[in-house]
Amino acid sequence: MSTADSTTPATAPRTVRDEWLIHYEYPIGEVAARFFDALKQRRIVATHCSASGMTYLPPRAYCERSFERCDSTVDAGLEGTIEAATIVSAAFENLPPPPYAIAYVRLDGVSTAMVNFVHGIDLSDVPAAAQRLRPGTRVRVAFVDQPQGRVTDFHYLLA
Amino acid sequence: MTVPCQVAVIGVGQTAYRSRHDDKTYAELVQQAVVLALDDAGLHPDEIDAVVFSMAQTTFMGVADADKWAVDHAWARGKPFMRVNSGGATGGSALHAAHDHVASGQYSTVLVVGADRITETPDAQFVLNLIWDPLYEQQVALNTVTMTALGAQRYMHKYGTTEQQYARVVVRGRRHAMNNPSAHLKGLIDVDAVMASPRISWPHKLFDICPRSAGAAAVVLTRGDLARERCARPAFINGVSGVSNTVFMGDRMGPFAQTDFAEFGELPLAAAECYRQAGITDPMREVQIAEIYDAFSSFHFPQLESLGFCARGNAQFLSDDGAFDMDGQVAVNPSGGTLCAHPIGVTGLVRVAEAARQVMQRAGAMQVPGVRNALATAAGGSSQFFTVTMLGDEPRRRAPSA
Repeated sequence: MSTADSTTPATAPRTVRDEWLIHYEYPIGEVAARFFDALKQRRIVATHCSASGMTYLPPRAYCERSFERCDSTVDAGLEGTIEAATIVSAAFENLPPPPYAIAYVRLDGVSTAMVNFVHGIDLSDVPAAAQRLRPGTRVRVAFVDQPQGRVTDFHYLLA
Repeated sequence: MTVPCQVAVIGVGQTAYRSRHDDKTYAELVQQAVVLALDDAGLHPDEIDAVVFSMAQTTFMGVADADKWAVDHAWARGKPFMRVNSGGATGGSALHAAHDHVASGQYSTVLVVGADRITETPDAQFVLNLIWDPLYEQQVALNTVTMTALGAQRYMHKYGTTEQQYARVVVRGRRHAMNNPSAHLKGLIDVDAVMASPRISWPHKLFDICPRSAGAAAVVLTRGDLARERCARPAFINGVSGVSNTVFMGDRMGPFAQTDFAEFGELPLAAAECYRQAGITDPMREVQIAEIYDAFSSFHFPQLESLGFCARGNAQFLSDDGAFDMDGQVAVNPSGGTLCAHPIGVTGLVRVAEAARQVMQRAGAMQVPGVRNALATAAGGSSQFFTVTMLGDEPRRRAPSA
């Protein structure tokens, strides 16, 4: 009977193929439900904390500054200011085909910025497009024809 | 507050970092780092009192909570074992937990270990998209590449940074990595090569982005008094601090923000506490090497500024002038850094291991002469978790502020 030294390299390294397919159903909670219901009416509804004066998008139940409950909702302006943006040139699995642009925009009357796609801009010259999307640039909100109550119901366009 | 026990690193172990380690399972990869670290420390597994496991998302390598798989391989059976996860900052947080195990007097000698394998699934950015909430941000193409690109675009606008200035960071990192046998990417490249690499997400090009690495790292910590007996030149942990912030990047931009996302505005808080513990008042003069977490070239300037090496907006010019080269004012990432190897769940631990090796004068070709203070950082989540660790050649740690 022959024996093999345990340090002798095995034949070709082998791999096992596998995939995860797991279904989820996430409760979105009351605060988000108000936001997504309003999207169907082409409104973007922020939460406001009277103790701190902060107005939040995405909406929050509690204010992180005052530790008090956000005690009212306000309609965000449908124009705003870019705070940060990028133009994506590469394909990522499960994400949209490139190119596309995304930006954090602080809508008028809101203290924080919310991310979404920017449509309607020529992305063929990436540095030039990045310059057109520089922080401080004014944009407006555009809704899809039939809002479904999803964050992709709206996007940004240069104002 | 009473002064905690002094704590020191007395051994480190690292595998090579590369795309794959198909000759080993995940748990066997962990074991390799444990063997190397215990050998470096001159300890038998029985001399380890507790194990802290450094593991971020398990979705990259596809076994849920693989820390349980690695318990035997870390020789943790019969001992306290805990996993720590703070995304990219995991290795820094795990090290801090292990430090506190010893500093509190609860345990004398603690092993921190972990491994990661990012290419088990074909697109890490698909996995990383899932770190955001499924309501507001996951559907808008956020991943760590676009997240950091957004921050870099904002930083460039604020400080006039050019793509070439980021490219010089990459050139320096790959050059430094030539001295690091464990580095995944290394080589003498020029700015033109970085500029010619494919565009990914403005301003990031392929070479501005870390590789997806597999590998393992381990660090052995012990009480200061025992460290002197077991190691000719221990690396004392003189400062540990961490800070976190909201997942929402949009809260950290604009006139109402308390900190600026583009500037890593939380990091100065952690740095100030770490420096206070370690008695550092002027890092550029007192710190000889910094192993900073730089998964993207754009992480250098805001991070070095937040760490107090220079004023806001100045790091890009100091970088251009060679201030962060091996023979510069502070050697930044003598190992090549995260840009040259990124096994995510242990990357923060690798930073500490490399900083410790510099203090211990065991850094081989990477060694910077006369290292008295060495800094290590980590960053994780949506650039929302930061850790800062100061290692030194003598115990100088003061009590944390209340």
